[in-house]
Amino acid sequence: MGIELKMPALSPTMEQGTLAKWLKAEGDRIEPGDIIAEIETDKATMEFEAIDEGVLEKILIPAGTEDVAVGAVIALITGDGEEAQPAAAPAAAAEPASQPVAAPAKPPKAEKPAAAAPAADPAIPAGTALVSTTVREALRDAMAEEMRADPRVFVMGEEVAEYQGAYKVTQGLLAEFGPKRVIDTPITEYGFAGIGTGAAMGGLRPIVEFMTFNFAMQAIDHIINSAAKTNYMSGGQMRCPIVFRGPNGAASRVGAQHSQNYGPWYASVPGLIVIAPYDAADAKGLMKAAIRCEDPVVFLENELVYGRSFDVPDMDDYVLPIGKARIVREGADVTIVSYSIGVGLALEAANMLADEGIDAEVIDLRTLRPLDKETVLKSLAKTNRLIVAEEGWPTCSVASEIIAICMEEGFDDLDAPVLRVCNEDVPLPYAANLEKLALIDAARIAEGARKVCNK
Amino acid sequence: MAKQPAKPSATAADDTDFMLRSLQEAFEAKKRYAASPEEMLEFYRQMLLIRRFEEKAGQLYGLGLIGGFCHLYIGQEAVAIGLQSALDNERDSVITGYRDHGHMLAYGIDPKVIMAELTGREAGISKGKGGSMHMFSTEHKFYGGHGIVGAQVALGGGLALAHQYNEDGGLCLAYFGDGAANQGQVYETFNMAALWKLPIVFVVEDNQYAMGTASSRSSAETRFHRRGTAFRIPGMEVNGMDVLEVRAAAEVAFAHVRAGNGPVLMECNTYRYRGHSMSDPAKYRTREEVQEQRDHHDPIEGLKKTLIEAGKTEEDLKAIDKTIRAEVAAAADFAETSPEPGAGELYTDVLVEEY
Repeated sequence: MGIELKMPALSPTMEQGTLAKWLKAEGDRIEPGDIIAEIETDKATMEFEAIDEGVLEKILIPAGTEDVAVGAVIALITGDGEEAQPAAAPAAAAEPASQPVAAPAKPPKAEKPAAAAPAADPAIPAGTALVSTTVREALRDAMAEEMRADPRVFVMGEEVAEYQGAYKVTQGLLAEFGPKRVIDTPITEYGFAGIGTGAAMGGLRPIVEFMTFNFAMQAIDHIINSAAKTNYMSGGQMRCPIVFRGPNGAASRVGAQHSQNYGPWYASVPGLIVIAPYDAADAKGLMKAAIRCEDPVVFLENELVYGRSFDVPDMDDYVLPIGKARIVREGADVTIVSYSIGVGLALEAANMLADEGIDAEVIDLRTLRPLDKETVLKSLAKTNRLIVAEEGWPTCSVASEIIAICMEEGFDDLDAPVLRVCNEDVPLPYAANLEKLALIDAARIAEGARKVCNK
Repeated sequence: MAKQPAKPSATAADDTDFMLRSLQEAFEAKKRYAASPEEMLEFYRQMLLIRRFEEKAGQLYGLGLIGGFCHLYIGQEAVAIGLQSALDNERDSVITGYRDHGHMLAYGIDPKVIMAELTGREAGISKGKGGSMHMFSTEHKFYGGHGIVGAQVALGGGLALAHQYNEDGGLCLAYFGDGAANQGQVYETFNMAALWKLPIVFVVEDNQYAMGTASSRSSAETRFHRRGTAFRIPGMEVNGMDVLEVRAAAEVAFAHVRAGNGPVLMECNTYRYRGHSMSDPAKYRTREEVQEQRDHHDPIEGLKKTLIEAGKTEEDLKAIDKTIRAEVAAAADFAETSPEPGAGELYTDVLVEEY
């Protein structure tokens, strides 16, 4: 009973190699673990180890032969009866081995499933009271309501419990839910992001607060490699229902390391949901949706918006759909797409433009991933002119993505190139005047709108 | 009158550091687990299954049927079997890095679905989308299968937090290597695990090399069980080449953790016979060094000796090997012949919900 020894692949990319040296001669006895030959790959010289026992019957490829294809038979071993398993894989194996990376000429086309139609915001029953609420309170109320409803939900992060939150977003939660469910962590973002992610894998529903998303850069490995990818890598076995939340973007005079918008970073990652609301009602409705979501969510807040008050419907369970943009101001002449703090500036710009006779439509994306292309393209089809206002860097931004979408899917509706109005492409400076120069404002957004309107 | 220098503590109760070495002392007192003949045979069978499976995986890699990175567990079998045989599988969870085939097999998971994952087939345990490094079985509370060195330690801390939060009485067994032991997040996790008394056993599988760098060249403290001291985590030093020793250590560690005392750090000294991954020529150590380990410390040969002393015959053990070889050959056939994932699988499992 002969066993065929085949030229092994010794690295992920190896297709052929040099059979440098035989260390066994014909007729030699071979034990598992014996080095039979040395093989040179493009990277290194590797030892080829025997797995079977028997006698080396015949060497088919002499030492010094170059360009031996992976899978080629290089020698024959006579096995020792039942002890030896065929080293040669069944015949069927030979083919893939000899063509390790040969793809079929025409790969079968994978049909991408059609996206589900995005759900609409819930109707607010007539007579519902609207209560003026800060974004800070709305976020807290959302967390508290979900914690009351589901004992698996808990909050962890730096200063979330006894200090009542570095920005007071978790105020009062410790008193109501106790230290088991409102957990102060050490200053150790990578570690507690990993612990939160593991807890979600273990069946809990953690809300991990980052004091700011700037510090989450230490934890981004767990957000992306552990939370976002595991469901896919496990073929759908490993769920990770977690919310990473905290303030994002520029605050005020805190310098470059504390002033960055990570929206585009996270929005580029398949497997994540990325939400960045502007007003209090959206903050509440989307936070509740995020906590209930079976997928990992990055929830980007904004420190400068925390203290602003907006009307929030006084309903028992106000939950908004993820992945649905909102037209916050209707208009006919030009569309301004924005999110987070940019929405307030866009509305301000729209008012300035209205005085000049330009009727701007303002879209709040609310969710950055999955992006509500439909609402953007519909508006473009109506106004035929579009700009993106984003408090963040211009390069590889959400604005860049919107522009790409307009080019690919809305080209025929465009009467002017899409413009992005973003921060300056520099780390954020400390000096008050320079900081002001670096950040977007309503005047710059209005100027961008005039430009695409040729005015 | 000058104060007397402090005297060494007279009793364990006076000695605040006693706890840090108390587990080691308990373990030293009874260092080998008194396995029943049936248990011993089962340990042998399981270790041999891992060995034969990994040999076959190496072979299939050589044939181009397994791609990418493939890290074999050959030589380290006693660690997974010694520890996991002591788990309460109804409650306890396990997490590890990318050298994960052995830990899956230790659960008795069908070698076919593991091998089919290695060959990237639809029938693989991750539908072929994870590969060698990313295998999971939530049914068995086995949480992977992680490719970022050290990440599984923090994730394991989270699994332990879930056990504590749910008061389910379970513990988490979190494995990592001597290389991962130098990652910062490991110590962030030690700190929180000790602070919150999480039910977790940290296991350093010290196989002597972090990829190609010997422990002594990468680690200021190579006796890894000491590295919990700064966090007041008791350490244990275990011969990871002896399954009965590992099992005895597991009993001590698990009892400590289950009693609500917080984490344990166990160092299992072991050795991998193969390279770090299949593409590692392993030029950083001598052939003689590997041979010495195989000849004198092999965990399977070691247990074989114990079994023969206990009355088993060579023939008995050969019969086991024959059965296992057949099982592994069948797994390999299955993994080679079962179909690749359908093209539509490209888009599934990215998100759980639809938006």
